[in-house]
Amino acid sequence: MTPKFSILIVDDEFIVRDSLSKWFTQDGYKVGVAENAAQALKLMNEGPWDIIFIDIKMPGMDGLELQKRIKEIDPNAIIIIITAFASVDSAVQALKEGAYDYITKPVDPDYLSHLVKNALKQKKLTDENIKLREHVSELIMGEELIGESPQIKKVIELAKTVAPTNTTVMIRGESGTGKELVARLIHAHSPRRYFPFISVNCGAVPDTLLESELFGHEKGAFTDALYRRKGKFELADGGTIFLDEVGTISLKMQIQLLRVLETKQFTRIGGNEIITSDFRVICATNSDLEQAVKEGKFREDLYYRLNVFTIFIPPLRERRTDIPLIANYYLKKYAAMMHKPISEISPEAMDILIKYDWPGNVRELKNAIERAMVLAKPPMIRAQDLPIQITEEEPENETLEAVEKAHILKILNKTNWNITQSAKILGIDRVTLYNKIEKYNLKRNRVA
Amino acid sequence: MPLANSSKILIVPIHPVDFELVSTLVSPLSKIFNCEVLLDNTNHINLLSTYDSSRAQFNSTKIISILFEKFKNFNGKILGVISVDLFIPVLTYVFGEAQLKGKIAVVSTFRLSEITYGLPENKKLTAERLLKEAVHELGHNFGLLHCENYLCVMHSSTSVEEVDIKTSSFCDKCYEELSRQIFSEFNDHHNGK
Repeated sequence: MTPKFSILIVDDEFIVRDSLSKWFTQDGYKVGVAENAAQALKLMNEGPWDIIFIDIKMPGMDGLELQKRIKEIDPNAIIIIITAFASVDSAVQALKEGAYDYITKPVDPDYLSHLVKNALKQKKLTDENIKLREHVSELIMGEELIGESPQIKKVIELAKTVAPTNTTVMIRGESGTGKELVARLIHAHSPRRYFPFISVNCGAVPDTLLESELFGHEKGAFTDALYRRKGKFELADGGTIFLDEVGTISLKMQIQLLRVLETKQFTRIGGNEIITSDFRVICATNSDLEQAVKEGKFREDLYYRLNVFTIFIPPLRERRTDIPLIANYYLKKYAAMMHKPISEISPEAMDILIKYDWPGNVRELKNAIERAMVLAKPPMIRAQDLPIQITEEEPENETLEAVEKAHILKILNKTNWNITQSAKILGIDRVTLYNKIEKYNLKRNRVA
Repeated sequence: MPLANSSKILIVPIHPVDFELVSTLVSPLSKIFNCEVLLDNTNHINLLSTYDSSRAQFNSTKIISILFEKFKNFNGKILGVISVDLFIPVLTYVFGEAQLKGKIAVVSTFRLSEITYGLPENKKLTAERLLKEAVHELGHNFGLLHCENYLCVMHSSTSVEEVDIKTSSFCDKCYEELSRQIFSEFNDHHNGK
């Protein structure tokens, strides 16, 4: 029979270890025994132990200290302190420091039996809770920010730094750069992660509807308001509200928004009840808010209220080294979704992807890979499958060196940086090619 | 039942237990374990070394050691039955104790009797409880662990109320395990282990 749970007994008295060990073995538990703290810490490697009984008074490291050390190794360990009547005070101290309970020797078998059952019930719930939280975190994260470039690493670092605070964050970047992904990343690393992440695309909702969308409405507040409806601010209670395209909000809504951000209180349209909601604001925009402030199209006070901590996401063309990583990420994703045995992108196709400027940024690249996946024939995506073409423009007013550099890079990429092959095409020897690579500081864009 | 044909159970009444009460065990134990059950009536065991004056109780683990020494040449299980209150050092009391997959078990009638709880004596009830605890401890001798089925005799009981709820029979799962363990003991015996 496989033991259902495991129990570790740490006590310097043989008789206690022996009796408890026999008692729990007959109950079907896997039992481990240690006569001192050092042995117990060694046995922690054979864990995890569901319940650990620790004698409070032991020679060398005492039970309280051992409890601390065990909690460092396994913070969820359930520890039950064994004490003699005289050391109940220390047991109480142990409880304050996170022990589950304590037993005084000798213990009533009925009490011990219930104590262990309850402790295991709690352990099961805790473990279940941890698993669920991990699962929730994965669900919240959804797609991840992909990239190894210093620019994107900086974005991730900033997001994780600001996440644990309650600070309002403004995310700026061109359309398709992944502003919502950064907002979700902040939420997922914040203490609010087990509460809702509510996303509102302010640019996609007409101004008249935005008010109802954000604040909710009471039944009969307007002609079509047949039922009471909660607004996004109310739904975001405890969590995060993400206001995308915040630069498109009308001046009238800006006033209302400012008030809510200041007080965290509002009323539903057509209602009198003041609703208080605890939410964190993350907003995003790709418009020039400073210019809008200058032109009087965006309230200055709201601008300062929102622009507390700003994260800029660079456009994809400024971090071209990430293109192969992102392209391969979506290649794998769509190949799995479409059940197509396509596992690579040809060097020519990758060359096009790297050179293209991607005005629609990651979103455009993602869509390009999806479309190419539909058209491509196994085993790879080729240049002709891509919905983009790079027009090789004749360089104007460029120096001979610049033309030479561009041509060498083109050939290197074409041959997947095969030096012998490239040198042959270029009509030079390998040493000369190496010298040119060094001279022009040419670097390979590695595909993950 | 293909059970303990090759084995024997010796019941050892330990003075001053009620001999008549102990003798009620012979027939049902023989049926349950399908083996020869003997009743020892020649013994006088000195329990002085097992007595703990600070607790006014007898150490069951020490009693098991005495029985083990006394019956080391007996080929079968030994069930000591006693009327005094038993304990193991870490617990306030036990109804009995057994060597898991071993030879010796001991049960006490002390906490099985209604008199202990200030109630009038009920010999029939005490006999029923004693049988359940005897089967339970012998079950441990045959390698059985506690069972979660509250009607099974191997269910762990820490109060007489729980003893009263369970039956003196093994559940299907424990019965199967018991058969397996006895078969393995039989093989070990014939292989000279």
